[in-house]
Amino acid sequence: MAIHSVVCVKQVPDTTQVRIDPDTGSLIRQGIPSVINPFDLHAVEAALKFREEQGGSITAVSMGPPQAEETLRKVLGFGVDRAILLTDRAFAGADTLATTHALAAAIRKIAAAEPVDLVICGKQSIDGDTGQVGPGLAHRLGMSQVTYICGLEGIDPEAGVIRAWRQLEKGREQLEAKLPAALTITETCNHIRYASLPDLIAAADKPVEVWTVDDIEVDRTKLGLKGSPTRVNKIFAPPVRERGEVLVAAESSAADAAAKIMDRLTEQGLEMGLAG
Amino acid sequence: MPDESKKTRASAGKNNADKAGGGKAATAGKNNTDRASSGKAPTAKGRKLRERPKGKIGEVWVVIECEGDVAAGVSWELLGIARSLATDLGSRPAAVILGIDVHCQELARQSFERGAAAAYVADHPALVPFITEPHCQVLAALARKHSPEVILLGATTRGRDLASAVATEMETGLTADCTALEIDPESLLLRQTRPAFGGNIMATIITPGHRPQMATVRPGVFPLPETVAGATGDVIASKPRLAAQQTVRRLEFLPNPEEEVALQGAHVVVSGGRGMRQLKNFAMLEELARELGGVVGASRGAVDAGWVSPRRQVGQTGQTVRPALYIAVGISGAIQHLAGMQHSDMIMAINSDPTAPIFDIADYGIVGDLFEVVPALIAEVKKRKAAAAKGESVKTS
Ligand SMILES: Cc1cc2nc3c(=O)[nH]c(=O)nc-3n(C[C@H](O)[C@H](O)[C@H](O)COP(=O)(O)OP(=O)(O)OC[C@H]3O[C@@H](n4cnc5c(N)ncnc54)[C@H](O)[C@@H]3O)c2cc1C
Ligand SMILES: Nc1ncnc2c1ncn2[C@@H]1O[C@H](COP(=O)(O)O)[C@@H](O)[C@H]1O
Repeated sequence: MAIHSVVCVKQVPDTTQVRIDPDTGSLIRQGIPSVINPFDLHAVEAALKFREEQGGSITAVSMGPPQAEETLRKVLGFGVDRAILLTDRAFAGADTLATTHALAAAIRKIAAAEPVDLVICGKQSIDGDTGQVGPGLAHRLGMSQVTYICGLEGIDPEAGVIRAWRQLEKGREQLEAKLPAALTITETCNHIRYASLPDLIAAADKPVEVWTVDDIEVDRTKLGLKGSPTRVNKIFAPPVRERGEVLVAAESSAADAAAKIMDRLTEQGLEMGLAG
Repeated sequence: MPDESKKTRASAGKNNADKAGGGKAATAGKNNTDRASSGKAPTAKGRKLRERPKGKIGEVWVVIECEGDVAAGVSWELLGIARSLATDLGSRPAAVILGIDVHCQELARQSFERGAAAAYVADHPALVPFITEPHCQVLAALARKHSPEVILLGATTRGRDLASAVATEMETGLTADCTALEIDPESLLLRQTRPAFGGNIMATIITPGHRPQMATVRPGVFPLPETVAGATGDVIASKPRLAAQQTVRRLEFLPNPEEEVALQGAHVVVSGGRGMRQLKNFAMLEELARELGGVVGASRGAVDAGWVSPRRQVGQTGQTVRPALYIAVGISGAIQHLAGMQHSDMIMAINSDPTAPIFDIADYGIVGDLFEVVPALIAEVKKRKAAAAKGESVKTS
């Protein structure tokens, strides 16, 4: 059974380098590099593995500004077959709900030409951090929903199902889902491979298709900022915790510092488990 | 039974309390009739705010996450905040419990003790074990019928998963991982504050024109409300119709190893980072944690090195903890780590680098080699406990 996977990838600012302007309380994004959302690389890896095991093809989709093409170029370098960039002013300012309207419309169009067995997303994006787009797509597209996958057992082509493990707070559960299914992938699911030289060379010749709002069938009132039910009301710097008392062990001894700190902690009401 | 909602509404006053009507069935039923008679049929999806009858505010719902008749702690934490939001809205907090009858009844009882004024109970075998789709159908149907103002869920694997599906079904807004929730006194909108961009900024999000307003909250963000033994409330029971066959089924459940004590709710968390250098050095942290009655956590650095299970990771992409004492050992204090522990009551850091950012947020810090400081701490704690034990026995004899 050849598997056609659609992988959703997002370009994000490298949040480890984002800083906040202490005066204005706004985000300093200048000079901050854009990267592919790290979890989406695990989604790509999962798709590559399915293609190796079952045959088939992989289409990557991204919604974002024109420069998000870089992100799609990167995944083409991993051997993804086809890449589509959804870019249009109409999409700008979308929250997760509006994002799923656009992406779902694009996936429906992709599926009209070649039926889609799997939609694969990262577990969350590192800028929005919501993890809402994957389940939203599953629901909108009427696909089986399996989120936060920490291990993949694989696809059973005869039964037309996929088996996967998901991490819960109190344990792990194995789920079996009928295809087509929409998955979200966590970082513990797989190890990202290195792009191979032949794939990188082949990617150089592959186009990134660009779709605008005119290329998809969608209710335009559901897109972008005006289609988003949520509004950002205020942005501010996280409250700072004050720097406390810092002792330097070398100035006395580790034992002294330990004793002093324990004094402070007990003064503050820390109770030590006396059972142990 | 005296209607709790009537009481809170009456005391809140501002929302035409007198017109709202009292009886329990009226709460939801009247709402629908009002809307129908106003000539605007409720749309199946996404209710617009302006269609809402004036002066009638829906309830604040908490979806109780459960395995059998055991609820996730975060659900009870949410009932606490739901109660205060409901008071500010002039409405009432309600629990939503989806499962099989025996479990639902027990959980409803516990919900009342944790402050819910009502419990919506849906009983169907397809709701156990948790599978997203049937839960989504039932929750969305209940929400359409009873028009809650707010729905809160734990930001757990299942809560996040279910919340997104329901918000999509209802075409409404959803804000993930809120760290503060409050009612705007002017607009009565839910102000949902959450970290964004990896914890670099905080954003307050509102959902002005759609209902319900939905949010998820991580475990440990809000305190557990006190239990009021014997408290009761309205039970609104339903038997949903669901397909027996679902497209997703659970084959197996493997609980976490038993010796693994949960990070959530731990009194003390001792976390190690890349500075620990090797797996075997974590034995030291285990000992310190044991002496303090706590558990061991880790930074992503230590998890990536393979020393600690990803389940122990604290931070933006790990867990949020709020212990009485958090001890960060050999952890630099990257913003993504701070996102998961900065609300601890007390923070103590041990790091050899005096400029490590962890010291900027620590209440107490020791600049020094962890391989000297941690053993010294263990020795100190043992010494004090031994002294205290002696003191105790002297007193009691
Ligand atoms: C999208 C994304 C999500 C992330 N999510 C998380 C998350 O959830 N949780 C998380 O923790 N991180 C997360 N990170 C990673 C984060 O940015 C940091 O890389 C990570 O927290 C660093 O771990 P660390 O402090 O253990 O290691 P390091 O930064 O390498 O710090 C090690 C520290 O140990 C000290 N040290 C070394 N030797 C000694 C010694 N002998 N005695 C005392 N001190 C010593 C050093 O001075 C140093 O400060 C995320 C990153 C990204 C991009
Ligand atoms: N603009 C986008 N384009 C393509 N995929 C996206 C986009 N936004 C989110 N996704 C996918 O949805 C996942 C979860 O994102 P989020 O809900 O924003 O946390 C990401 O890991 C991506 O796989």
